[in-house]
Amino acid sequence: MTENIRLMFTPEFFRAILLPALIGGLAVTICSSLLGVTLVLKRYSMIGDGLSHIGYGALSVAAVMNLAPLKVALPVVIIAAFILLRLSESSKISGDSAIALFSTTALSIGILVSSKAGITNDVSHYMFGSILAMNKSDVILSVILSAIVITAFIFLYNRIFSVTFDESFARATGVNAGIYNMIFAVLTAVTVVLGMMMMGALLISSLIVIPTLTAMRICRSFRGVVLTAGTVSVASFLIGMFMSLLLNTAPGASIVIVNVLFFLFFSLLGTVCRKRS
Amino acid sequence: MKKILECNRLTVSYDGSDVLSGLSFAINEGDYLCILGENGSGKSTLVKCLLGIKAPDSGKIILGAGLKTSDIGYLPQHTNLAAGFPATVGEVVISGCLGRRGLRPFYSSKEKETARNAMKRLGVAELADRSCRELSGGQQQRMFLARAMCAAKKLLLLDEPVTGLDPTATSEMYQLIGDLNKNDGMTIIMVSHDVVRSLECANRILCLCSRDHSFFGTPEEYANSHISSRFLGD
Repeated sequence: MTENIRLMFTPEFFRAILLPALIGGLAVTICSSLLGVTLVLKRYSMIGDGLSHIGYGALSVAAVMNLAPLKVALPVVIIAAFILLRLSESSKISGDSAIALFSTTALSIGILVSSKAGITNDVSHYMFGSILAMNKSDVILSVILSAIVITAFIFLYNRIFSVTFDESFARATGVNAGIYNMIFAVLTAVTVVLGMMMMGALLISSLIVIPTLTAMRICRSFRGVVLTAGTVSVASFLIGMFMSLLLNTAPGASIVIVNVLFFLFFSLLGTVCRKRS
Repeated sequence: MKKILECNRLTVSYDGSDVLSGLSFAINEGDYLCILGENGSGKSTLVKCLLGIKAPDSGKIILGAGLKTSDIGYLPQHTNLAAGFPATVGEVVISGCLGRRGLRPFYSSKEKETARNAMKRLGVAELADRSCRELSGGQQQRMFLARAMCAAKKLLLLDEPVTGLDPTATSEMYQLIGDLNKNDGMTIIMVSHDVVRSLECANRILCLCSRDHSFFGTPEEYANSHISSRFLGD
């Protein structure tokens, strides 16, 4: 353990590995928690999960065909996000079964292609994530993405509230809810693909869903939920990250566990507060 | 009296079949219109057209008295929206001001004032910081009515505002709507299933009876027409 701590503070390790992981990770964490508030409250929680499986399929295909992973996965996942949102809105096929259909198909294609081609190493990275292997362009993309998401949340905050809370009323007051849903689809897709590289396809949906659920245990207002979800997710990320370095555990899983612990703690806190009042 | 809204030979279809065909009626400022009709008779479609969410296939909706579509205060059909949603009453009510703000990102102090007044008017001012999850059905509907008031300059469009309320809350709601019509000069358009109540409080009745047959007139005319016997049981 002391070995690990000493290693953590060598300047080379810090600059080359830890710093990009921290910057990129924080950026993705903030994005997923903010977008998560809307996705959870609109009951689209499973979209993050579905998209990550679709992304996994796309990345596997890209790896086998020797294409740049991001250039393949991003457009595929963005298109999938559009289709899933559309399906959720129309009543012909219910949203959650559509997601299950899409994600299992994509996952199977990914595994089929990569097992046939005998490439499993790269691909398993995407299953479980590798935050310590974020390269410069991943980090830059994450930072740009988070800048867009945070700006959108500040300037469109009231519209986002209205569209999230009551879409039919928002439409009636002249808010073009369709455009907001589309913006959300694109931002979620990009967040999921980036988050997948760091947390892995299996864990990214937890980054989207858990902070909002945690915040909802104690917050009464939408504003409170947005701010608390952001804060809790950043805290979980930092604690989980350093825990994983100290104890030599998998970073993605450690971060998720810290998130869950926060959730349990806030649930308890919420119950106690409600009993008192 | 100035005409505030006029529908002119409105025809709307979904998936190729007409839901409304050739519907015409007009109401004046200060009118209280109840829209009656069975499920699937096109009431919701008409509401969507009035709000500008759906474009009619032919015919026109003409707004008078300087009214714009975004000035219509809308109370959507009862849903379970507020049940699990973390939002305070104040946050919900002020979101009614969104339509008149254009592209400005934040609410001005004037809009905050509008929201405060609407909450006072509907008796939910002391609930402003409460979470809407904690409200009773009647309080929730008053909150939504306050939100509609924020958007409304002259016209309130209420889609089945008393569905799911207990008898006391229902009476209160009718009282409140009648009050807004008489004392605040609000024009009311209300979609309703309650024929008896509608005949009591409205001064205009629109009944969408079947696809190509509709009735428009005063409650007295409606009560005397043969259409009403189906609903009123003679």
